[in-house]
Amino acid sequence: MTDAIIKCESVYKIFGANAKKMLQEANGNVDAKKFQENGCIVGVNNASFEVSKGEMLVVMGLSGSGKSTLLRCISRLTDATDGKIYIEGQDLLSLKNKELIELRRNKMGMVFQSFALLPHKTVLENIAFPLQIKGVKTQDSINKAMDMVKLVGLDGRENYFPRELSGGQQQRVGIARSLAVEPDIWFLDEPFSALDPLIRKEMQDEFLRLQAKLQKTIMFITHDFDEALKLADRIAIMKDGIIEQLDTPANIVLNPATEYVKKFTEEVPREKVLIIEDIMDAPTTENLSDLKVSKNEIIENVAEKILTQEKSVGVTDENNKIVGTVQPSKIIHTVFGGRKNND
Amino acid sequence: MELLKKYPKLFQWLFLLIVFFALCFAIDVPETYKFIRGQAEFIKDPNQSTYTLFGKEVRYYAFDTLWRLPPLLGWLPIWINDALFFLLNEWMPMEFWNEDTQEFKTRPLVLQITRNITASMTFLIELIREILLGGVETVVAFTSWDWIDKNPWAELPGLPWTIVAASAAILGYKLSGKGLAIFAGLVMIYISVFGQWKPSMQTLSFILVAAPLSFIFGLTLGIMAFKSKRVEKALYPILLVMQTMPQYAVLVPAMVLFGIGDHAAVIITMVVAIPPMILLTLLGLRAVPPEVIEAGKMSGCNNWQLMTKVLIPTARRDILIGVNQVIMVCFSMAVIAAFIGAKGLGWNLLLALNQLNIGLALEAGLCISLIAILLDKMSLAWANKQEDYFGNLTFFQRYKNTLFFAGAVLIGAVLAYIGSFYLKDGYNYLYEVPHNKGISTADFWNKGVDWIWDTFFQTLKIFNTWLIVEVLQPMRALYLRMPAVATLVLVVGAGYIIGGIRSAFTVGALALFIALSPWWDRALVTTYMATFGVIISSTIGFVVGTLCQQNKYTTNFMLAVCDIFQTFPSFVYLIPVMMLFGITDTSVLIAVIIYATIPATRYTIEGLRSVPAGLHDAATMSGVTKLQRLFKIEFPLAFPHMMLGLNQTIVFALFMVIIGAFIGTEDLGQYILKALSDKAGGGKGLVLGICVAFIGLIFDNLIRTWVEKRKKHLGID
Repeated sequence: MTDAIIKCESVYKIFGANAKKMLQEANGNVDAKKFQENGCIVGVNNASFEVSKGEMLVVMGLSGSGKSTLLRCISRLTDATDGKIYIEGQDLLSLKNKELIELRRNKMGMVFQSFALLPHKTVLENIAFPLQIKGVKTQDSINKAMDMVKLVGLDGRENYFPRELSGGQQQRVGIARSLAVEPDIWFLDEPFSALDPLIRKEMQDEFLRLQAKLQKTIMFITHDFDEALKLADRIAIMKDGIIEQLDTPANIVLNPATEYVKKFTEEVPREKVLIIEDIMDAPTTENLSDLKVSKNEIIENVAEKILTQEKSVGVTDENNKIVGTVQPSKIIHTVFGGRKNND
Repeated sequence: MELLKKYPKLFQWLFLLIVFFALCFAIDVPETYKFIRGQAEFIKDPNQSTYTLFGKEVRYYAFDTLWRLPPLLGWLPIWINDALFFLLNEWMPMEFWNEDTQEFKTRPLVLQITRNITASMTFLIELIREILLGGVETVVAFTSWDWIDKNPWAELPGLPWTIVAASAAILGYKLSGKGLAIFAGLVMIYISVFGQWKPSMQTLSFILVAAPLSFIFGLTLGIMAFKSKRVEKALYPILLVMQTMPQYAVLVPAMVLFGIGDHAAVIITMVVAIPPMILLTLLGLRAVPPEVIEAGKMSGCNNWQLMTKVLIPTARRDILIGVNQVIMVCFSMAVIAAFIGAKGLGWNLLLALNQLNIGLALEAGLCISLIAILLDKMSLAWANKQEDYFGNLTFFQRYKNTLFFAGAVLIGAVLAYIGSFYLKDGYNYLYEVPHNKGISTADFWNKGVDWIWDTFFQTLKIFNTWLIVEVLQPMRALYLRMPAVATLVLVVGAGYIIGGIRSAFTVGALALFIALSPWWDRALVTTYMATFGVIISSTIGFVVGTLCQQNKYTTNFMLAVCDIFQTFPSFVYLIPVMMLFGITDTSVLIAVIIYATIPATRYTIEGLRSVPAGLHDAATMSGVTKLQRLFKIEFPLAFPHMMLGLNQTIVFALFMVIIGAFIGTEDLGQYILKALSDKAGGGKGLVLGICVAFIGLIFDNLIRTWVEKRKKHLGID
């Protein structure tokens, strides 16, 4: 066993009365159209992947692509129709109700698109809710919740009711609630989609700050490709229940696996996604300029410097050893070339 | 042919009407048919036909089956009666310990159960009643009569009216603010000063028992229906029938099971009040956003925690609206249940109406309406109340209501105590104002009625006669002239055109039940009265609603008026019409019209208001006139909602027609009233009630199906 925290093996989720039977007959070869004709809707179609400890997997897809269904299968809010799901090596689908509740109380936290706060409880009570459900003493749960309030920067508003808060603040409460039991696994279902663009950016930065501190294992759902690129360690792109491609952001931008994925990547500003390592050539010792750049720099940050050089620029690794070179023309090609024609 | 393709429905309707009228003309009225005799009366007459089913003989006057179907369901009421009798008196005899005689006694199970329920209900009612009014029965229930004779100090003293009034005001303040506090105080003072304290508190104690019990049962059943599809499916038809069943009709079987008195009234009120509570609980729980439920599950809630900590609190508002509905039903039942001996304002109202003492009836009616409005406002305020930021409250701010309440109890008690010294020879007005010492306005009202009769007698009489001779009687004759087969064809055809085969089957079955019952003719009379009321009500409601909707202030004013009128217990409407028109069909019909206009107006306004503002602007920008906008945009879009209003109008009209039997009509209601005083009336009352409910359900089904299709077509919600 590797350190995979979440592991899925050909998970299917099909809605409809005869889903199980039809799936057996299909023998692993699920055709969404054929199922639809028989009154079944395919939510997740043969999803297999792993998420390792401390990794953030972003599942990206448009509405109806099955990304939320996939998340609900893994949190077992719905039961998968077929397949195996392991959480820290435990077979999720074989868990009894009691064990499932224990798992959720200790290992899982989830954030929802519409915040899903309890309207009759204050900020503090909302955050303390999972703790109290677990049976933690009231005073301890309140203390812990107060820490969480501080963590997400809502101090001073702990006695407010959700309806008295803005969207961004409400989602901070949602985040704090999901973190209150200190879960190892953190599910986020389009947490920032209902927010204004400016607030969204602020929350994304806040989220990255939290993750840098907490190092949770994360499954993050979004329909926003830019958001996925910004946050993800790896991205899974879904369409009609099928995972079209699962790879690092750079690889997805550079080598889209299917036409569908390519459509998303076309408009992406590469210089913001790719790092120097992704575009460097083999190292040569001759004819280098005096400037050296780290291979982990994002292109955008060093592009101007490189473009002022006439010769190739050396690329260094962590030990300041030259591992490659970049020609200024390569930067120009990356930024302007290879995209859809703009005329 | 072009036309046929363009309006296929229109031609279907035309065809249906042609068939209907052809049948009407083809089937002659049998010579022996006379309206009154055309019934199965269960009396022996050599001209009657008989048939036997389940060992029961059913006698009826036979006609051509195309004209009137034979009462093949005539055995049903008898059978229900026998079943009830058997359950109560013979089924499962068991040994029960008897406290009084200190020995085991053999009693049928059901009888014992109903007696136990009766005893506990009576205890509850007495408890609350004696807290409010004082008495000994509660203490006696724990001790004995001998003990209370020796210890007279143990008698419950009852609360002085000042304390009750102050508590009501404090509660009003807590729930909504100064306005409601003042209103609550004034209502209580009014009741006391005008000498209605005792009956009012009796009614209140009845409601304070019936409403919480209905709430608990309704909530539980609602939760069960939410959790299990099977329970919901089992409950659904009962809920549907109970919604259109006249409250009168349930009185009769309840009387058989539980006898008469306050306890029976509470039980019957629960039967009527639980269905809306179930519906609103279900509605509220369904409306909880799925993500909130998921958040609860992910927080690790087990089923019980999920229900009590997540679902119910989130659905709080809908559930409390259910409480409001329960309270309103309780008030309308408080009057109707007086028929089976519920004490209080309803009883006084009924008594006064029976004696044609309009003044007294008006006083009681006003009182009960005021309390109803007060409790309505309070429960709505409770439902809409939201807690606010509380972090910075001082001790006094947090507990001021409790402190005020304690103060009120203290001051009220002291006042009553002082009063007992100073008002020694007369009555202690600071404790309770007795009925005959309060200010009475009855004489004033009675004089007013006399004056109206003296002054307008001719005018009223001319109008009355004209209406009866020129409108009502011909209309009734027309309805009765419809052969049963033609009516069934019409109903089934309408069902088919509107909702397809399924709908046709449902409404056909409902109509067939009525046609095969012994009361088809009476059902036609009920329908005729309801139709007359509905036509006029919906016209008035439509016009008034449309006019009021043109202006924001009139809209709000009209909605407020509708709110208040809807709060009046339905029986109260009979008072003013009897004042003007005496005991005639006209009185009933006018009460029907007033009562049924409320939903018609309300739904018209709401329908027009629900037209999206964007469409309004779009229409204005394309340069329509106000009238064009009304006819081309607002009416078509608001029409489905207005039709739902029509549905409500029909239900309201049917209710009132049945209640109108109290004044004297010849329809199903009169038979229900008769069944009340009939020893074997249980089955009859129930079947009659079901007949009325089915009339309502036929219209309900047709209208709802149409509205759903129309809404889908228009793409509204």
